[in-house]
Amino acid sequence: MKRGRGRFIARKVLGSLLTLAFVLVFNFFLFRIVQKDPIGSLFRGRNVPAATLDNLRSAFALDQPLGTQFIYYLRETAQLNFGISYQSRQPVWNEIISAVPATVTLVGISAILSAVIGTLGGIIAAWRRNTWKDHTITSGTMVFYSMPDFWLGMILLVGFAVVLGWFPVGGIVDAGSNATGLSRLLDQLHHLFLPASTLTLAYLGEYTLVTRSSLLEVMGEDYLTVARAKGLRDVIVRNRHAVPNALLPVVTLTAINFGFVLSGAIAVEAVFSWPGLGKATADAIRGPDLPMLQGLFLLFSAAVIVFNLIADLTYSWLDPRVEEA
Amino acid sequence: MNSIAMQRRRATAARVWRQFRDSRQGMIGLGVLGVFVLIALAAPLLADIRELNPVFARSSGNPQWGSPEVFAPLGTDHIRRSVWAQFVWGSRVSLFVGLAATILTILIGSVVGIVSGFVGGKIDGFLMRITEWFLVIPFLPLAIVLASILGRSVWNIIFVIGITSWPSTARLLRAQVLTVKQRLFVDRARSLGAGGPHIVAHHILPNVSGLILANATLAVPISILTETTLSFLGLGDPSSASWGKTLEEAFVNGAMVRNAWWYFLPAGLGILAVVLAFTLIGRTLEDIANPRLRRGR
Repeated sequence: MKRGRGRFIARKVLGSLLTLAFVLVFNFFLFRIVQKDPIGSLFRGRNVPAATLDNLRSAFALDQPLGTQFIYYLRETAQLNFGISYQSRQPVWNEIISAVPATVTLVGISAILSAVIGTLGGIIAAWRRNTWKDHTITSGTMVFYSMPDFWLGMILLVGFAVVLGWFPVGGIVDAGSNATGLSRLLDQLHHLFLPASTLTLAYLGEYTLVTRSSLLEVMGEDYLTVARAKGLRDVIVRNRHAVPNALLPVVTLTAINFGFVLSGAIAVEAVFSWPGLGKATADAIRGPDLPMLQGLFLLFSAAVIVFNLIADLTYSWLDPRVEEA
Repeated sequence: MNSIAMQRRRATAARVWRQFRDSRQGMIGLGVLGVFVLIALAAPLLADIRELNPVFARSSGNPQWGSPEVFAPLGTDHIRRSVWAQFVWGSRVSLFVGLAATILTILIGSVVGIVSGFVGGKIDGFLMRITEWFLVIPFLPLAIVLASILGRSVWNIIFVIGITSWPSTARLLRAQVLTVKQRLFVDRARSLGAGGPHIVAHHILPNVSGLILANATLAVPISILTETTLSFLGLGDPSSASWGKTLEEAFVNGAMVRNAWWYFLPAGLGILAVVLAFTLIGRTLEDIANPRLRRGR
């Protein structure tokens, strides 16, 4: 049993490493197809002598055969050197790192809120199935699930920021504000409210639907009849016996969705001018700023791979039966 | 195909339709979808296509940022174009891209899934490894990167959505083919001398077609929403404007700060209605194809 577990973990970790390797290779060739001459594009429209360009090309190994270029690319990637952004002319890695906290704050909070609220909604809907509560929750979440998330953001923004003026129309703090401490935090929360509400509403549906169908499946099981026959109260049967077993797929879903924390809010961040990775992606598309897109894509993929691994391992810990499969 | 098989298939179709007709959510979805298909087909009757051209809009004296009270029925945008015309003609692009991308998704997914499940062995291992890779790469960033590289056209968007969203279909179909393959009638056909292609075409496919149909219907919403997001991010085809493109132009040109709700509400509502319709139809078909799922219980 112990050895089986070790082998299971080793297999999953190895699989993730292979996937990461695949993404690296894929990333290299994808961008080499379009970008025959990155140095040329970097200095397009600027008066740079041809000899300087050639020196730069050899400095970045671009005059070497593809195999050598690939090894060079791997070495640079391992050192977190993703090149220079066309737009800001700063190293891509610095640009990315400075955008991470904003995104992690916004999408992290929304991911937690939607997981908690969505799961609770799903439990209520399943336990009171085919009542008005179930119908309201199910149809409400399906509506939010069916609209483009950024469009919901646009509506909330017009309603609560433009018309009512309760919230700022975008950004992370008031422009020109140099407040510190508590007042700065309040200002940030004020800016956070609308984008976080948008993402929470948009993500809710998935949790509600998954929780509801998983709990409905569990509710047919014999051990719940036994629990009821023992005379346990309805709340105890639900919270102690039904819900813990029904939450297994929800746990996986949560872990997988956390992998999307970095890349999950591209259009919504653009709507609210939230200075995170999503807005950086939207800005890079307009260029197109290919080195920036390449770096962002690599980071997004790595995040998903890591959290998928966590999801697999958590699931096998909660439900050891999957290791045999 | 012999006549007994034909008869059976017709009977199955009739049974599916009877079950579908009894489902309220399925019929609501079908009704809503019917309305939008009619709008898309009848676009030339509903709105003059010249209203999409800013030069024509200016010469015919349309107001700029005209509200619906000034310019019926849905007002005008920043370059005087009729929003109603954009809505009607945009429905064509959104529906077309959604359906075409789904067909590509299902085609790739079905071929990979059926070959993987039916042939098995090394080919199965190889195909499933690739499927897993594609499942893990975050879908939207990959679509964005591909669309940025390929350029802005309707066909590229269709290709990008198709190439990024097939893996879940492939996995689902592989699992289904693995169970169908174990059934007695496949052994019977094989012992009568049937080859692989014949068994797939006459015994496997008919038994997974319900699943393919349900899966396809549920894939359309994802295709439409992805097209909308890609267009909103500026990757849409400039020459044929979808609902997503309308939303992008409304956003970029400041419709929100002006509270020009008539510019960005109709396109979003259209997407919402079509996506919801396909979801309702798809869930109903899935319930029929796989009664054990029955969510309504």
